[in-house]
Amino acid sequence: MKALISWIDDRIPMTKTWEKHISKYPAPKNFNFWYFFGSLAMLVLVNQLLTGIWLTMHYNPTAEGAFASVEYIMRDVPWGWLLRYMHSTGASAFFVVVYLHMYRGLIYGSYQKPRELLWLFGMLIFLVLMAEAFMGYILPWGQMSYWGAQVIISLFGAIPVIGDDLTLWIRGDYVVSGATLNRFFALHVVALPLVLVMLVFLHIIALHEVGSNNPDGIEIKKNKDANGWPKDGIPFHPYYSVKDIVGVVGFLFFFCFVIFFMPDGGGYFLEKPNFEIANPLKTPEHIAPVWYFTPFYAILRAIPDKLGGVIMMGLSILVLFILPWLDRCKVKSWRYRSMLHRLNIAQFIVCFIILGVLGVLPPTEGRTLLAQITTFGYFAFFVLLWFYSKNEATKPLPERLTK
Amino acid sequence: MMKKLLLALVFVVPGLALAAGGSNVHLDKAEYDLSDKASLQNGAKLFMNYCFGCHSTQYQRYNRVAEDLDIPIELMEQHLVFTGVKSGELMKNAASEEQIAKWFGAPAPDLTNVARVRGADWLYTYLRTFYEDPSRPYGVNNLVFPSVGMPHVLQELQGIPRAVYEEPLIDGEPQQVFVGIESDGSGEMSEDEYDQAVLDLVNYLVYSAEPVKQERKRLGYWVLGFLVIFFIFSYLLKKEYWRDVH
Repeated sequence: MKALISWIDDRIPMTKTWEKHISKYPAPKNFNFWYFFGSLAMLVLVNQLLTGIWLTMHYNPTAEGAFASVEYIMRDVPWGWLLRYMHSTGASAFFVVVYLHMYRGLIYGSYQKPRELLWLFGMLIFLVLMAEAFMGYILPWGQMSYWGAQVIISLFGAIPVIGDDLTLWIRGDYVVSGATLNRFFALHVVALPLVLVMLVFLHIIALHEVGSNNPDGIEIKKNKDANGWPKDGIPFHPYYSVKDIVGVVGFLFFFCFVIFFMPDGGGYFLEKPNFEIANPLKTPEHIAPVWYFTPFYAILRAIPDKLGGVIMMGLSILVLFILPWLDRCKVKSWRYRSMLHRLNIAQFIVCFIILGVLGVLPPTEGRTLLAQITTFGYFAFFVLLWFYSKNEATKPLPERLTK
Repeated sequence: MMKKLLLALVFVVPGLALAAGGSNVHLDKAEYDLSDKASLQNGAKLFMNYCFGCHSTQYQRYNRVAEDLDIPIELMEQHLVFTGVKSGELMKNAASEEQIAKWFGAPAPDLTNVARVRGADWLYTYLRTFYEDPSRPYGVNNLVFPSVGMPHVLQELQGIPRAVYEEPLIDGEPQQVFVGIESDGSGEMSEDEYDQAVLDLVNYLVYSAEPVKQERKRLGYWVLGFLVIFFIFSYLLKKEYWRDVH
């Protein structure tokens, strides 16, 4: 065995890689609840890849056969229903864990120097994930697949000059059709997953290069023992590998509860009209995107002008990319930052959640006003942050990690 | 019972409001029971006899229904397969979509998943709220689906349903208030029997929309039970490893 390992190690850096990234990767010892969601995102990614591969074995990517093939998976393929529910629930779970993962980064300042690139890779993952989810949603070819795609693609039509040609180019047809389904299938099962996996790889490489942040937001590398090992660091394996198992099992409890007891997630994970085959002649009464898009959709609708709405929606995502440069504070974690900063984060989260709820509901006058107020709050977070972070009154940082 | 339920719902001027009732109509709760095989079998019988002439359930197979509902396959083929196909076939119907669209003005939707599209309560209320309306092509209208294109196919069971109005004084003015629907008694069933028959039919449609529903829940308890036990062990393992971290 030893001989085999050294034979391999002479040819590729197997043991070295294992040590650098797993068994001798120093992780801060004070990771809390919020640090589960990185490994959980990885778990969900693997779940999506595996169940996705098996679903494609039975799925028929044509406008004529897609809907029937999904029902075939649900009824005739042994355990097909489980694969499908794991995949559909996994899509929502992916966004749940990614949103919580981003929240963690936000409150502990994990996007700050030297982790800007790590944050950018993460944001790109988020962006690609949204595209992946959107294109996956068209595949069952139900009413909401069809009309959701119709609405979202038509947004590109608001872009001046090139808008109409652009939507035509995306759809591959004058309306959403089998041509759209085919290309979205290709992108959903080959192109975007490849990009996603590559970005996740880069995300982790970037993380392991600069080291993990922690709830105190101080660098453990500044305090090393005689061997060069951070005094507040513990090897990722076995400490965090066994700890993450606890997180995984806890997560699986909720995940499996949805799969086995409420796979439609109350009509939010699988929308009711999507159990009806796509019908280009019959518009559903109320077209709502899936819940994970609704905060951004609410921003879109809050702006009275279509192009303005599209721009604001785009900005609401793009502004997150430059977060590391908007925050000019030297202190990372909100534990040691000003009350103003904590309140700013709190109002941002409240606005984001309210926008998410508004995005599922049909608009009324009062709701539109509320959406406008919360859209303002959403963007105000970034503007305020830029102003006060320069000379923020922060608390003294501890030398070593606290609990 | 139906009268009492409907009494609570629409306090509206008839005609106008009945036509506009739409999604605001109160839906009666369908207390269906997927473990009740007799109810499911009766539902399947009603479905094949009254609905299947126009509506297909083309994503479901005859033999799957037979197996899940404990119907012997020979009985199924004899009494419930009307199109003469093999029992492993999908449940498509004889009339084509074009024909039905010509007869009724709209194609009859496939009903395999209808319980997941509309919900069981909607179906249960819909099938019990047809009422006589001579202005409609088939002489009936519906409370939850105004101007519905479908005739009241269960009329021979329910009898002719009529909207009932009362004329109380509201602000000193006599008003016509809709209070419910009452059969003229010409049907084969009493009101309670009819409600039960519709419930069986809805039960079958809920089954049809997700044949694996019962099995999925049964497995779910085992899965969650396993995870609870696994959680305890994984937590103890973590605790053991972390003893030396201070």
